[in-house]
Amino acid sequence: MDTKIGVYICRGCDIEKAIDIEKLVAEAAKGGKAAVCKSHAVLCAKETVESIKDDIKAENLNRVAIAACSGRVFTELFDFGKDVLTDRISLREQVAWSHAPNDEDTQMLAEDYIRMGIARLQNSEPPEPYIEPTSKSIMVIGGGMSGLQAALAVAEAGYQAVLIEKEKELGGWAAKTTKSYPRISPYSNLDDTGLQDLLQKVNSNKNIQVYTSTVVEKTSGQPGKFAVTLKNESGGKQIEVGAIILAAGWRAYDPGKLTHLGYGISPDVVTNVDIERMMGNGGIKRPSDGKKPESVVFIQCAGSRDENHLPYCSSVCCLVTLKQALYIRRSYPDTKIYIIYKDMRTPAQQELFYAQVQDDDAVFFTKGEIKEVAKDNSGKILVTATDTLLGESISIKADLVVLATGMVPATKVETLEEESVGDTAGDQTATTADGKKEAAGAEKGAKIINLTYRQGTDLPTLKYGFPDSHYICFPYETRRTAIYACGAVRAPMGFAESRDDAYGAALKAIQAVEAVSRGLAVHPRSGDASFPEFFMQRCTQCKRCTEECPFGTLDEDEKGTPLPNPFRCRRCGVCMGACPERIISFKNYNVNMMSQMIKSIHIPDEFEEKPRILAFICENDALPSVDMAGLMRLRYNAMIRLIPLRCLGSMNTVWVSDALASGFDGVLLIGCKKGDDYQCHFIRGSELAATRMSNVREKLKQLVLEEERVRLHELAISDYRKIPEIFDGFLEEIDKIGPNPYKGM
Amino acid sequence: MTQIIHENQLKSGSTINTDALIVGGGIAGITAAIELAETFHHALLIESQPSLGGRVAATNQYFPKMCPPTCGLEINLKRIKNSNYIKVLTLTEIQSVEGAPGSYKASIKINPRYINEKCTACGKCAEACEVSIPNTFNYGLDQTKAIYLPHLMAYPFRYVIDGNYVNDPRVRKCAEVCEYGAIDFDMRPIQITVNAKAIVWATGWRPYDAKRLDNLGFGKYPDVITNVMMERIASENGPYGGKIVKPSDGKEISSIGFVQCAGSRDENHLPYCSAVCCLASMKQASYVRARYPEADIHIFYIDIRSPGRLEDFYSKAKQDPKLHFHRGKVGKITRNDANGNLVLTAEDTLTGSTCDYEVEMAVLAVGMVPNTAADAPALNLQIDPYGFFVPQQKSGIIGAGTALRPADVADSVRDATGAALKAINVTAGRN
Repeated sequence: MDTKIGVYICRGCDIEKAIDIEKLVAEAAKGGKAAVCKSHAVLCAKETVESIKDDIKAENLNRVAIAACSGRVFTELFDFGKDVLTDRISLREQVAWSHAPNDEDTQMLAEDYIRMGIARLQNSEPPEPYIEPTSKSIMVIGGGMSGLQAALAVAEAGYQAVLIEKEKELGGWAAKTTKSYPRISPYSNLDDTGLQDLLQKVNSNKNIQVYTSTVVEKTSGQPGKFAVTLKNESGGKQIEVGAIILAAGWRAYDPGKLTHLGYGISPDVVTNVDIERMMGNGGIKRPSDGKKPESVVFIQCAGSRDENHLPYCSSVCCLVTLKQALYIRRSYPDTKIYIIYKDMRTPAQQELFYAQVQDDDAVFFTKGEIKEVAKDNSGKILVTATDTLLGESISIKADLVVLATGMVPATKVETLEEESVGDTAGDQTATTADGKKEAAGAEKGAKIINLTYRQGTDLPTLKYGFPDSHYICFPYETRRTAIYACGAVRAPMGFAESRDDAYGAALKAIQAVEAVSRGLAVHPRSGDASFPEFFMQRCTQCKRCTEECPFGTLDEDEKGTPLPNPFRCRRCGVCMGACPERIISFKNYNVNMMSQMIKSIHIPDEFEEKPRILAFICENDALPSVDMAGLMRLRYNAMIRLIPLRCLGSMNTVWVSDALASGFDGVLLIGCKKGDDYQCHFIRGSELAATRMSNVREKLKQLVLEEERVRLHELAISDYRKIPEIFDGFLEEIDKIGPNPYKGM
Repeated sequence: MTQIIHENQLKSGSTINTDALIVGGGIAGITAAIELAETFHHALLIESQPSLGGRVAATNQYFPKMCPPTCGLEINLKRIKNSNYIKVLTLTEIQSVEGAPGSYKASIKINPRYINEKCTACGKCAEACEVSIPNTFNYGLDQTKAIYLPHLMAYPFRYVIDGNYVNDPRVRKCAEVCEYGAIDFDMRPIQITVNAKAIVWATGWRPYDAKRLDNLGFGKYPDVITNVMMERIASENGPYGGKIVKPSDGKEISSIGFVQCAGSRDENHLPYCSAVCCLASMKQASYVRARYPEADIHIFYIDIRSPGRLEDFYSKAKQDPKLHFHRGKVGKITRNDANGNLVLTAEDTLTGSTCDYEVEMAVLAVGMVPNTAADAPALNLQIDPYGFFVPQQKSGIIGAGTALRPADVADSVRDATGAALKAINVTAGRN
């Protein structure tokens, strides 16, 4: 389709005072690049917007450049429908508000941005969503509290749920629990777990199909089209689902490893899981003689918050102990209970429950460290602890000792190798011998979903085997599109939290099948209809794209040719950045578009006072930060030209060499923070950019250019005050290095 | 594209129909609205303040990643802007709710902004404005103009005029400098009706009033601040450009004492635990330490509560030799008049005796008070004795975030995501 471009330039908000608008209009119209080019005193005025719409109709414009304020403001106002590609050129924040008015350099900057905007529009097409028939069924793996609730939530919303449970019966841990700790005011009574009611609702819901004694043998395909092979006693079964909820739950930490806390010295040293079982089977008895215990010691954090065992806190053990203590006290009014803890953790209103148990004169709380648990000659257990409050050593003779053990996610693999402390590779990436990065976490973890993805069989896990999200703001985000975790497999939590969590994961699953059915991306580029297209004839099977995609989108055939799965894609463009043959492109975001934008920038022949710097910046954090610098009227040099990227990981190194070959004196790459606490919305964007820097250095060497001409910076969205320092500091360095010798060639 | 409804575009008595009404534009409400919208259901998001973002927008960094909350907020605002399924109303209060699941009728009041949709946020009016008022976004630590932009990432990105000053001639004359005709002193409150199938209650929290903590010197000594004030002080866009300074003399600190459970787990104040204060204080200690490698930090606590993997954050904090944990409750704060330092008297539970610690600044880790406590009477909301929203069976009014209980951002977002589905299931009539 021929492009017909309209350029609309705003004169308001001091733009006119800083820039010669007439010259700008002339520049846009030069060579017929813009069919229509107008300036308006106030572009955002209702009448003006209407007049643009009239122009679009009258002139059949299919591309519009709004050269005014940043695209982050008046977004809804300058939306002309999906058939009219609209580009926002930030003359206000990036030019008028951050540079000297009526200055030759400011004018050149504005003119370059106009040309770049036009080049972007000329070289992009409106995206057309990739649509195929898809399934909206949702598979839930795990029939415990969270899985049951997830299946029910999905079914009640009108979607088909397939619930897979490896055991014979549904219910998981909840089926082994008689009461739960109180959840409602006055926090004094043990609550029903709610399992029976939930089971009844699940069993009577026509939208839920339950498979017990069944496991997932294989999951291939992609969101909307997962082909799942189920396995049970009667053989295999093939189903198709659109999204997956992982609610595989937890197992108790192995008390066999807690010999230092007396496990194994006597049958009367038990775990909180054993107490739970006794509560459901006739009450608490001393295992050695079946008698009621007169004194019970609870040892909190048994194997938890302990770097030799589970370094994390299992969140619910304090509450479970309080519950079990209350149960014992109500069963046996004469029994004394001692709770030895590090910190009592009863957050929020649960504190009220703690306060009530504290009021019981026969429950003693000691903040202490266990020194020894031993059998004494009377057959009792002697627990010795250092009271960290009083600084004394105390000894308690107990009939029963309860170890409050923690939760291990079902996704955690227990191997000798993984037992070593601190080996929590989960979300980290490992560098292989050839210097390439790959997701190490993807290869670990228990095989539960059994994906046939090139990057691994299951959800990549974070620390300690949890497939939890890395993001505080987006707790359901995983690196496998349309696969979400909930309940205790995601993070240690109790029944009520698991049920709430199930609703969240169910919503995300429903959202994913709906988005996929429309060919649209899910978070963080929600609603994006573009997707990567591959020109396979030129593929050299280098596998970079299949390795670097943060979401495991691409599989490979036996030769190593990428096999795209568009519904797994999150549209970050990392594959495009990775491809040395430049065969991957989006309709509205591609290598050629960038090259043309770079070419559209005028490089003055003289270096003195006219050096040129190109900056590729992340549009999620760095670009808003630039906007805020403008808003604060922070000044920086006008030699720099900014090109926003979907993610710095989508930067193809060819753009850097293009820029240097065409005479740019320096190139800045600005992305989010990387490392353990990465802020990249696409997980590894700036990390990949950093890796590609070695490539860039190679190129620089070939061109006989200084390494310092290309610089990578990390910038958080709140770092707007650093922008002048980064931009001007880099310019100073470039000044010292001198002009790019390719200038003018 | 999202429709920001401009105050002057609605007529009193008009009606908006939507699938879900979301009350509260903090992180929970924003999330609930977006998650509904991205599942192709309509949401009307109402917020009492002039901008979305709530307490998250005023927070410097999140634990445990020490990342800026504005990063996630930006993505969320982008999602809102790009959605065809969300309508946003700011400066809006809910006054009554009636009806049943599937057909609620809410009466809402939209307060005047006195700035209309023509505002470009150029800032000329504020520049010309001669009236300064305490900056509530910064908890009064500095001043802003009576015409102000709520903050750098305000959405809608428009100025607002403090209603107390619309008749002040010094403010009125600012209309002359606006080139866009955006100032409109004639705006009046507008009363409209919202028909919604479900309602998500995400009205959030406010900090406990530290002035009620008699012995802790808040309000008496300027260098006794609260944890929420600390977030603003540490922020780049805060009152001191991110420098941690004593409000009394503007000097950068070399020591700070954090007073945990200030009014929390205390039957005379808030009997519950606010769940995030331990982590918030460790986070604040952490960013202070990062900026001031010589500073000494003392944290006085009863129990350190860092659940789940957040335990790692505590483990890391314990390794800092200049971050001192003291188990004990601070009972009293006085001032050493000789040097202006604060004296924290804490009961050292190790020895049972009381101990005095001198620091330059004290941060009271005050707890969360649910806003539902104040809203409940007029709206017939079910609340617990502490004011938290209590979900009811068969109701289409769904709680999310800190309206339900003290919670951190991740848990609030978790609730809000689930609340979106609960709202959909009300719509489906099958809750």
